[in-house]
Amino acid sequence: MKILVCISNVPDTTTKITFTNDNTQFNTAGVQFIVNPYDEIALSRAIELCEGGKGTVTVINVGEAATEPTIRKALAIGADDAVRVNATPRDAYFTAFQIAEYAKANDFDAILCGRESIDYNGSQVAAMIGEFLDIPSISIIKKLDFDGTTATIEREIEGGKEVVSVTGKFVASCAEGTAEAKIPNMRGIMSARTKPLTVVEAAAVEELGKVTKFETPAPRGAVRLVPAESAEDLIGLLHSEAKVI
Amino acid sequence: MSVLVYVEQVDGKFKKSVFEAVSYAKAIADNQNTSLTAISIGNVAEGDLKELGKYGAAKVLNVANDQLKTFVNQAYAAVIAEAATKEGSNIVVLSNSFSGKGLSPRIAVKLKAGLVDGAVELPNFDGGFSVKKTAFSGKAFAVTSLTSANKVIALNPNAFGVKENPAEAVIENFSPEVKATDLTAIVKEIVRATNKVSLPDAELVVSAGRGLKGPENWGMIEELADLLGAATACSKPVSDADWRPHSEHVGQTGIAISPNLYIAIGISGAIQHLAGVSSSKVIVVINKDPEAPFFKVADYGIVGDAFEVVPKIIAALKAHKG
Repeated sequence: MKILVCISNVPDTTTKITFTNDNTQFNTAGVQFIVNPYDEIALSRAIELCEGGKGTVTVINVGEAATEPTIRKALAIGADDAVRVNATPRDAYFTAFQIAEYAKANDFDAILCGRESIDYNGSQVAAMIGEFLDIPSISIIKKLDFDGTTATIEREIEGGKEVVSVTGKFVASCAEGTAEAKIPNMRGIMSARTKPLTVVEAAAVEELGKVTKFETPAPRGAVRLVPAESAEDLIGLLHSEAKVI
Repeated sequence: MSVLVYVEQVDGKFKKSVFEAVSYAKAIADNQNTSLTAISIGNVAEGDLKELGKYGAAKVLNVANDQLKTFVNQAYAAVIAEAATKEGSNIVVLSNSFSGKGLSPRIAVKLKAGLVDGAVELPNFDGGFSVKKTAFSGKAFAVTSLTSANKVIALNPNAFGVKENPAEAVIENFSPEVKATDLTAIVKEIVRATNKVSLPDAELVVSAGRGLKGPENWGMIEELADLLGAATACSKPVSDADWRPHSEHVGQTGIAISPNLYIAIGISGAIQHLAGVSSSKVIVVINKDPEAPFFKVADYGIVGDAFEVVPKIIAALKAHKG
């Protein structure tokens, strides 16, 4: 079976977020970029499913040449080959369209994404790919078993879970629990340098919107400390002052 | 032109987040001087559908099709998009719930609509149409300007609140044809934790971390949550250690939440955790380390041992509730 895993190049989780150009652009100065943590989970599950010669894993990223270290990291984790769609990822619609175009031409059995990217927190790409390809999409999954024909998937729902069965091609977005993120070993790192990384050009797609400005949350006031000896006073404060209980 | 809101049902009932989405959609409809239509898929009783009028829905399209009893992303998106076309709705609103997150992108592609998910405010109509949404896991907001004729907005839970705006809801049966190819993902089983408050749209959340020392000590956390009617949550190290399920992990790589009250017990407040909870309206931190970074973003704090402090709070809460 052939699995396509979509990876996003995002700022490291410890990044202090700042903006430039009158708060219209994310400040990338000094920022370390990583494989989106949820995409790592998707990649790890794809690798597990294909272990032992059961299939191949291709990673795809929509990005400029600067994202190649992130793609090589995914190859070091264990993907067989990689594709970079040579474009700035304008938004989810643009990204999903490019991935769908590639998937149409290359016939994958399953496409896996992370549940969302940690930069724009969009959980859009997986379902958009599903719609562009007219195949099922299952979002925010916690478990995935797939034999190349039928997938059994556990999906998170409010206050519980749902078990979904899909026959045929599908897209799924993976959350924690689907797999433990794999750490590249030395052999993986060495072999990643020589694994195939194909660059394809982007297809034209219309723009439906864009981020015009960023804002940062208003700073919170100073903490009001309640002595541990009179911890019970907290309840009165939450009731009469904060009015939340 | 009108506004369409998708009202998600759970076991035939609407949750608070649905009334919030209807309230939000009604505010947009009022601004645009147009009417609000709701669409419900699944078997919901007429009385419950009528209830949507209380929040401003003038019409409710009721899709009671047995093939759509359980959630099927592909088919639901097709039905909602068809309803939008039928109603001439150029703005579609839904909750940014687990299901909403899977639906809104498919609807957006079908309608060639710009999509804002994770919306936290009403759109700004001054010279265009822009919506503020969460970004960088709560460390920032991104104002997204939509230029497409059709627009889809997925509203974050607890971002707008429920606002009554009474209208008489007219119920209309809507029976679009469902393609067999849209029904290939089949729900085999639904497992719901009974009596548990759902975390993503909980108004109150009690969360604990490694300071609790082990899963056997979660009894007092659950007792406190039960007394408050709150959902329980945890930090990443706790779910990584399997003390609690992954579905309770809040933070940058878990669930981002914005409840009215977030009580963090024995959690130091790593940047990744703060990112996912910092939009909570009131934050209470209980930690024995006075230098814990969480105190810098807390509204109320108690420096003390959780095993001594939490029982006192539980006792005070019992007394408060009488």
